[in-house]
Amino acid sequence: MDFTLTREQEMIRKMIRSFAENEVKPIAAEIDKTCRYPAENVQKLFDLGVMGMTVPKKYGGAGADMLSAAIVTEEIAKVCASTSDIIAGHCLCFEPIMEHGTEEQKQKYLPMLTKGGVLGGFAITEPNAGSDASKTQTLAVLQDDHYVLNGAKTFITNGSVGGVFVVFAMTNPARGSKGISAFIVESGFPGFEVGKHEEKMGLHGVMTTELVFTDCLVPKENLLGQEGKGFKIAMQALDGGRIGIAAQSLGIAEGAMEEALKYTNERVQFGMPLFKFQNTQFTFADMAMRIESARLLTYQAATMKNEGIRCTKEAAMAKLAASETAMWVTTKALQMFGGYGYTKDYPMERMMRDAKITEIYEGTSEVQRMVIAGQLLK
Amino acid sequence: MKIIVTVKQVPDTSGKVAVNPDGTLDRASMQTIINPDDMNAVEAALKLKDDLGCKVAAFTMGPPPAEGMLRELMAMGVDEGVLITAREFGGSDTYATSQILAAAIDTYGVEDDDILFAGRQAIDGDTAQVAPQIAEKLHLPQVTYAGGIQKEGNTLTVRRMLEDGYMTVKVRTPCLITCIKELNTPRYMSVGGIEECFARPITVMDYAALKDHPLIDAATIGLKGSPTNIFKSFTPPQKGVGMMLPGADKETTDQLAGILAARHII
Repeated sequence: MDFTLTREQEMIRKMIRSFAENEVKPIAAEIDKTCRYPAENVQKLFDLGVMGMTVPKKYGGAGADMLSAAIVTEEIAKVCASTSDIIAGHCLCFEPIMEHGTEEQKQKYLPMLTKGGVLGGFAITEPNAGSDASKTQTLAVLQDDHYVLNGAKTFITNGSVGGVFVVFAMTNPARGSKGISAFIVESGFPGFEVGKHEEKMGLHGVMTTELVFTDCLVPKENLLGQEGKGFKIAMQALDGGRIGIAAQSLGIAEGAMEEALKYTNERVQFGMPLFKFQNTQFTFADMAMRIESARLLTYQAATMKNEGIRCTKEAAMAKLAASETAMWVTTKALQMFGGYGYTKDYPMERMMRDAKITEIYEGTSEVQRMVIAGQLLK
Repeated sequence: MKIIVTVKQVPDTSGKVAVNPDGTLDRASMQTIINPDDMNAVEAALKLKDDLGCKVAAFTMGPPPAEGMLRELMAMGVDEGVLITAREFGGSDTYATSQILAAAIDTYGVEDDDILFAGRQAIDGDTAQVAPQIAEKLHLPQVTYAGGIQKEGNTLTVRRMLEDGYMTVKVRTPCLITCIKELNTPRYMSVGGIEECFARPITVMDYAALKDHPLIDAATIGLKGSPTNIFKSFTPPQKGVGMMLPGADKETTDQLAGILAARHII
């Protein structure tokens, strides 16, 4: 597979790198410290056409490819994982609508989620249905022209700032995962409520909340796909989502290595820069090798997804390899900073905290291994 | 109404500066960027486009790879790129360059309500001569060092930023304005712009296209025809860190006077 970037992809990398350096990096530490949602930068990302960039032009997007989207996430995650995660959460909303929505749904919601500046989210996780989505307890009952939703979702990215969510609920509990359906839910629908704000270890710029549905009225026409096909829609969306998290992890790892390279060339101990020590160089060699491997897996999955090739295994491999790389690289990079790495004077502790979640969300590392192993027998 | 912006691809001076044996810059071996002041000129043009819906064309003279820069400007919102490129034009100084650019702009056509924008100066030559010379050759009024521009009908009110103050000038179109960095903050390329920029037109003007224009004097273009002779180009040695004396009292000024006296400066 050829991963030579096209002229457009090279240009997108140049543009977003400049945006990340000038707009995102300067506030990354501040939004982490104050747990602030970077609304000003999200608006700028909408203005630049980054939010929903893979949506076709006729629905308000830029018609960009999946690899370009991965490059954007990677470049932003280098300097601020929170901002990249806001984008990743948004993608999980418009992508299923793009793939499974009716023409009316696409015409109504895609322009909103691109040019309209409305942030999206994806709500599948519940307190008792994390890795095992078949235990979903949120119920959707059809009454006349509306589905009535009751239940709660937890750990929802963009929860308190999103305007549109793709929500998964049981329409036929007896059928387990085959009884799950997907719905497009606006935050303004009656019975929709934002619940508890999670206090997290990292990703402090991301508003992760509970969503509570109390007799929430969702118009019948907002059923996404067919009844009972929700689990399939979710799994497909997560294939794309995992590529996003792989790109995010890749960016975190690259950002940490860049910071460590700079620091170890400046910091002198025992009469020479830390980088001159062979032990440091060997660690950097391993970092670079792991990052490159993760990049190849990520770009491969993105390219496959873009070409419409089923990439469940490849997306899981990319996400698993990249997230474990992010954790490994940030841990090693922090160690190179010594005591300073453990303080908030340098970005290492933030990067390490942000890296940890990549091994957990959008399917834990254990789930990724289950997915990969399961695909080997197919 | 249309807007013409002149832009230049310049060496990225944050990298290493390389010099040819003849004293000119070895541009081929250096990374390039769009001249920073020219980005302000492009932004000024795009702001007017946002408000008025007019067309914006970017003109550059340089080797064929300068097309990449024009594509980036199109990804920001520029409608058309004009690349002026020929071996005969290589090595031109400001006198020769302005001759060629003026001929190209005149060939393209300047209407009564058109505006020409240029950056104040390029970071490689730092002359600030090309744009004013273009205006002279095209017999257009020019306003330099624009830090603010307002358009009302065919009149532009330009706030010039000078070393010792401001000067407000009114000028009628067609005219040429040189822009400084205080004028605006250049926008980023947009994803939509990037996806479309390679499908937009680029007009190439070569020597054959311009040689018969009355503004072109074959004897005064290119390196040989340029009246400027470069004696020497070099990277200046880095200056050491200066000394800061904190305080604004007599003790500090006495200390300063003491240091200057000890070094026989006063």
